[in-house]
Amino acid sequence: MNPAVLGLITIILGVGGCVGYFWASNFVLDRFLFPASGPNAGRNINRANAIRPWLFLAPALLALGLYLAYPVVATFWLSLHDRAAGGNVFVGLDNYSQMLGEAKFREAIFNNMMWLIVVPAASTAFGLLAAQLTDRIGWGSLAKSLIFMPMAISFVGASVIWKLIYDARPEGTDQIGVLNAVVTFFGGEPQQWLTIQPWNNLMLMIVLIWIQTGFAMVILGAALRGIPEETVEAAILDGASPWQIFFKIKVPQIMPTIVVVWTTITLVVLKVFDIVLAMTNGQWETQVLANYMYDKLFRSFDWGVGSAAAMIIMLLVSPILVWNVYNARKEMR
Amino acid sequence: MDNIAGTKSSLTWAVHISVVILVALWLFPTVGLFVSSFRTGDQIASSGWWKALSTQEAQMSPIRVAGEEAPGADGFLIEGTLVQGDTTVSAWGTSSREPEAYAPGETADLRDGQTLTVEADSTYVLTSPETTEGTRLPRVFLTASSPPEFTLGNYEEVLTSGTAGAGILQSFINTLTVSIPATIIPILVAAFAAYALAWMEFPGRALLIAAIVGLLVVPLQLALIPLLQFHNAIGIGKGYLGVWMAHTGFGLPLAIYLLRNYMVGLPRDIIENAKVDGASDFQIFVKIILPLSFPALASFAIFQFLWTWNDLLVALVFLGADDESLVLTGRLVNLLGSRGGEWEILATSAFISIAVPLVVFFAMQRYLVRGLLAGSVK
Repeated sequence: MNPAVLGLITIILGVGGCVGYFWASNFVLDRFLFPASGPNAGRNINRANAIRPWLFLAPALLALGLYLAYPVVATFWLSLHDRAAGGNVFVGLDNYSQMLGEAKFREAIFNNMMWLIVVPAASTAFGLLAAQLTDRIGWGSLAKSLIFMPMAISFVGASVIWKLIYDARPEGTDQIGVLNAVVTFFGGEPQQWLTIQPWNNLMLMIVLIWIQTGFAMVILGAALRGIPEETVEAAILDGASPWQIFFKIKVPQIMPTIVVVWTTITLVVLKVFDIVLAMTNGQWETQVLANYMYDKLFRSFDWGVGSAAAMIIMLLVSPILVWNVYNARKEMR
Repeated sequence: MDNIAGTKSSLTWAVHISVVILVALWLFPTVGLFVSSFRTGDQIASSGWWKALSTQEAQMSPIRVAGEEAPGADGFLIEGTLVQGDTTVSAWGTSSREPEAYAPGETADLRDGQTLTVEADSTYVLTSPETTEGTRLPRVFLTASSPPEFTLGNYEEVLTSGTAGAGILQSFINTLTVSIPATIIPILVAAFAAYALAWMEFPGRALLIAAIVGLLVVPLQLALIPLLQFHNAIGIGKGYLGVWMAHTGFGLPLAIYLLRNYMVGLPRDIIENAKVDGASDFQIFVKIILPLSFPALASFAIFQFLWTWNDLLVALVFLGADDESLVLTGRLVNLLGSRGGEWEILATSAFISIAVPLVVFFAMQRYLVRGLLAGSVK
């Protein structure tokens, strides 16, 4: 069957099935199980209202449990087993120790740490700068949407775009990559940027910074607008300079938002995979965790070590997870 | 207030200029790709795209003289034009060691008494005392300037010819097939759940919300192998059904979170009035909540569409990497590997793949921003 037709049928079945399920289950609940009439009407209504939330939630909970909660447990289980030795054999922490012994893994961890420091910091800084600058000018919204635009571009598309920028031609010929064109214009020699260690990592990070800055700008821009005017006016009356107003009045007030932006970008960084795969595939010491894991899982089919790498990513994410949950609960009270 | 006025007059220009620089920096890479996709392979390889609008002087690849021989004053003559079109030769030569040895109009003496004259408009005259039949005619190296030229040829080649684009059109359809159901299906599932979490009282509600906030950040990397095993076990293996289900599962936490945050903010009066009037939860949801939540639904739909369209990992794992099922992003990665030097193909394919998200982005930016704010600012 043509996949497009299959897609259409799936949409109809999916949407129709959902509506049908919700309607039918409500109908059965109200008409047959606990009808709101007869001698037990009051009790029945209460019972139906106790069950109904779970009817509404059931499909979502099923999908969440199966596609997100169960895999965490299953991956942990896989990381403790070895598939190679004829079936799944429990090997304890062998996969982890094997992984820690690999130079490529240590390289990935080190690079990931660099990514974690550089990308959120740079994106937030640029985003804050862009938000502050575009806030007060007439064509600010146009400028914002142009800086925001890379958000819509896939990591792979962005990799192609930036590979053109880093392109290198032999010395003496016209450079078609902007970076080398600038370098040769000032009398330098053209470089193969993506092979120069350790700066090639920075070249990859720039791609993600380019994408994420718009996100930071939008969120921080909204936060800047939310700052009470009085605080800024008071600072002006007290003779504060624009720098002081920005760093001592505005930034402290939007600190919670900065933290949210920072952690959101951190999450993106931890999962970054496409950019490295498309631009260097981890060569020239640019490996990162997610690509290392993909290598192990789908190129060397070592599920044990691959799952162990995935668990490391999970481990790195969990502080943010705990912090987010803590905040969400605090807010609900 | 003197201070404010002073600040404005001195800093406004600085602000305008900084924003121009910032926007230019952020726009420059994408424009480069866009311009490159309209240039021929030779042009891309010989000069930077930022020179595309100016007349370019470049050394062309060598052209071998060819043409009908005619008897002339002393021996034989071959006349013709080396390059068709609007080119101006600024220098030429007959060996790769000295490609710019002669000026246009000069005559070069070649071996065996042959002479060659190339004019500025790239017409040439080759004279030879003997017949040139059966011999190799000389090659000419031209340094010529040609006016800016743009072509739609790359798009035609990538979209219609099977080999050059290596199935970009097929991948485009695959991507579309993946992303549309994967956008629509989670919305409804999430909307019901979000309503329950926002407006129904039941034990464990706070715990569930916390769990969903937690699942929001679980890396989908963890899900790859267990779910692949699961899909194989229930017999759907690698295929569209699996991708749709995976995207639905991975998109749900954000969908529920966004929609719940929005629905909680809806006015309580409306819902309570409807309840007093005897509407059931199902009716309230379908007739009141869903229409009122349209902005939130739209923002999630845009997120999910951009995410599924741009995704590489989920498609590679759950759909497969063979030629027929590759999505656009996967195809681009392959092209980067196999045709890394052919920028006209790469740039055009990349632009085709980012065109749809860009259109969606610019058309629906309002909703996207709103969704981002609802999801992040608390």
